[in-house]
Amino acid sequence: MSQATNGAVLATEADNREFLVFSLGDEEYAIDILKVQEIRGYENVTRIANAPDFIKGVTNLRGVIVPIVDLRIKFHLENVEYGGQTVVIVVNVADRVVGIVVDGVSDVMTLTPDQIKPAPEFGVTLSSDFLSGLGSLDDRMLVIVDIDKLLTSEEMALVDSASHH
Amino acid sequence: MDIADFFDTFFEEAEELLADMEQHLLELDVDNPDSEQLNAIFRAAHSIKGGAGTFGFSVLQKTTHILENLLDYARKGELALRADLVDTFLEAKDIMHEQLNAYRNEEEPDQETYERICQTLQQIALEEIGQQLDAPAETAPLTSTPAPAESASVEEESVGNTAEGQLKVALINVDEKDRVLLVEELEQLGDIQSQSGDDKRYEVILSGSVSADDIEAVMCFIIEPNQIDIQPIAASEASPQAPAASAPPPAEQKAPAAPAATKAPAPAKATGGDEPAKGKAKKAAAESSSIRVSVDKVDQIINLVGELIITQSMLDQTVSDLDDQSVGNSSLQNGMSLLQRNARDLQESVMSIRMIPMEFVFSRFPRVVRDTAGKLGKEIELVTEGKSTELDKSLVERITDPLTHLVRNSLDHGIEMPDVRESIGKPRTGKLTLSARHQGGNILIEVRDDGAGLDRDRLLAKAKENGLNVSDTMSDEDVFQLIFAPGFSTAKEVTDVSGRGVGMDVVKRNIQGMGGRVEIQSKKGEGTITSIVLPLTLAILDGMSIKVGSETFILPLSTVLESLQPSKDDMYAMAGDDVVLKVRDEYLPVIAIHEVLDVENAITDPTKSIAVIVQGEGRRYAMLVDELIGQQQVVVKNLEDNYRKVPGISAATILGDGSVALILDISGLHRLSRAKKEAGKPANTQTMSFYKESEPS
Repeated sequence: MSQATNGAVLATEADNREFLVFSLGDEEYAIDILKVQEIRGYENVTRIANAPDFIKGVTNLRGVIVPIVDLRIKFHLENVEYGGQTVVIVVNVADRVVGIVVDGVSDVMTLTPDQIKPAPEFGVTLSSDFLSGLGSLDDRMLVIVDIDKLLTSEEMALVDSASHH
Repeated sequence: MDIADFFDTFFEEAEELLADMEQHLLELDVDNPDSEQLNAIFRAAHSIKGGAGTFGFSVLQKTTHILENLLDYARKGELALRADLVDTFLEAKDIMHEQLNAYRNEEEPDQETYERICQTLQQIALEEIGQQLDAPAETAPLTSTPAPAESASVEEESVGNTAEGQLKVALINVDEKDRVLLVEELEQLGDIQSQSGDDKRYEVILSGSVSADDIEAVMCFIIEPNQIDIQPIAASEASPQAPAASAPPPAEQKAPAAPAATKAPAPAKATGGDEPAKGKAKKAAAESSSIRVSVDKVDQIINLVGELIITQSMLDQTVSDLDDQSVGNSSLQNGMSLLQRNARDLQESVMSIRMIPMEFVFSRFPRVVRDTAGKLGKEIELVTEGKSTELDKSLVERITDPLTHLVRNSLDHGIEMPDVRESIGKPRTGKLTLSARHQGGNILIEVRDDGAGLDRDRLLAKAKENGLNVSDTMSDEDVFQLIFAPGFSTAKEVTDVSGRGVGMDVVKRNIQGMGGRVEIQSKKGEGTITSIVLPLTLAILDGMSIKVGSETFILPLSTVLESLQPSKDDMYAMAGDDVVLKVRDEYLPVIAIHEVLDVENAITDPTKSIAVIVQGEGRRYAMLVDELIGQQQVVVKNLEDNYRKVPGISAATILGDGSVALILDISGLHRLSRAKKEAGKPANTQTMSFYKESEPS
């Protein structure tokens, strides 16, 4: 009996997940911290012609060509500006490195499974397919994005649908 | 290039393969062997055997051959592994390593250990699977009919010593086609006294000074060793010692070999005293002249140097903004210019590590082709094209093995025997072409032969037999891809050259590992073209940097023919919004980069821009750009690694300032330009007014 309890406690702790919280406009989003490679400033992006507007282009990350996606444009936020505060989160998804532009990175949070609620069916811009849930933390609500699914999805046009995996 | 280079390459490769083999053997879980691991061990053995065969290292080749056979049983699950068997395999590996070292020092490997390991391996085969392996004849003491065979090694010895002996060469289960060929070969080796028999057993009495070993070595390339039975006639009758030596009962397997063996190694040991010293000195010299470095390390250095250059440019910018009146600043500036020069030199040196012309790969093929053709009794002419196509070193290293497999395959299965060729109206000499060239964003390497081509029906039949999921309605392309399935071989006989079906599966794996693909085109009776398409990922490109608006692009220099300032009189509008530029009586389609790639703030007046005449896929275009910046070598970076294919762009590169520039794909741009116009994009009417209306002439 006591063993089972211990197991449950351990399982709960193991189920706690850490998220990187970032802001897009007034909204707070979170992604799995394990997907994050690094965070850097927005600079020196080479435009790619005929690409969707939210794909800002490609940049050189220590010799690796990395596409940069602006989630603010993708999510139709107003006031898309590029300044000293504009941050690029470099993530590793599906063996690829992709940079995502956000308004700012706030902190790293640990969420217990209890704090993650299923995402309701909503959103035309952001289909709930791309969400792992909604995190509630005191009076804050974090939109937990399944960054793997989002970035490899067809509508992001980041991945050749014909090739790769 | 010196043949010694190939030897060295083989030694190094074989050493790596042996190390791999050992590692896998050590990791192997005997109770529950991982089939991937068994396959890896088997493939290592297969590759070593192939290489050893090419270079004529027969002892190593034969040892590996027996080991390979055992491993083949093991990976098929017909041989249950035990710890002591793995020990024996490891021992065999060690002996192979010794043999390799002996060859490296230009010595003959120790005959005694060679015979011992062969016997041990044979013994395993006999005990564990109750089968006699197809083995070299001199290690035959374990044949079930002991009397004549057990003394094979002794006989060979005596035969070798007999100046004029007679040999009875029996060919077992050899069909007529091969038999004729073999008899021809035998004629080369000695005088044929008589020949008789049928497909089951065909006996040739041969007289001459040739040894059984030599005969077997020749025939092995056409048939398996167990299809040959060589018995001395004159020798055994003439020399009474031979039967005496073969007297020991078959139970003592090692005994028959002993008398012969003691003779052979003795001189080797006598000279052994001074040989190793000489050999080691030579080896040491060879090692110091080059080192093998992993490609990852080179890549890392290249990336780091790139970073260094960028940092240096940044510092340079900062320093140049400083007030140069102060004394301290001017010495800083001197230091910076020195740093700049050193950094550039460093970058150039690092880059040069990786660039190698395809010639490096191609130059080993005349030998491969000659040897293989000789063994197969075929006449082959080898043609190489595009030797100067430069390829990244890491690709060169990795393309050699797959290419060798493909070439051998073409020679073995593709090109027919001279007589056959003649009878169907082809020239006796088969033609094998190796070519390399850049195509679009890829490097295309082709192996072309004018042989029999692939037989669709036979491939399908074989695939069904192997239980693969195929249907008769599959496209030719899909059917041809079947030959890359693991264990798939339509060769009637397993030969030294090919036929086990390991080769092609490795070929495909290797090429896919490089991010490339293999395509096969074949026409029955006319030949086969195997194309390896490799991405430019690591290739280095001579580029022309151009500016459009504020953006920089790279044009592959090989596509650039000339550049000129277009005059209004030479530009003609055609139906719709197509524009052509007249250059010396030739009308070239105009591609305005700023339109196709939507560049802002570009020069829209064609007469103020520069027309670069480029060639792509055999067609010429006039490309309108704002400014030519200059030529430079760039490292091609694949866009598809992290992004996707972009129309009109073949790849990307990193410029000196750390920014990314896109490399243009000429034909892609033209297609893109057409597609854009067809999609009914509003024509740029403003620019239209600059063109003269085309007049009927």
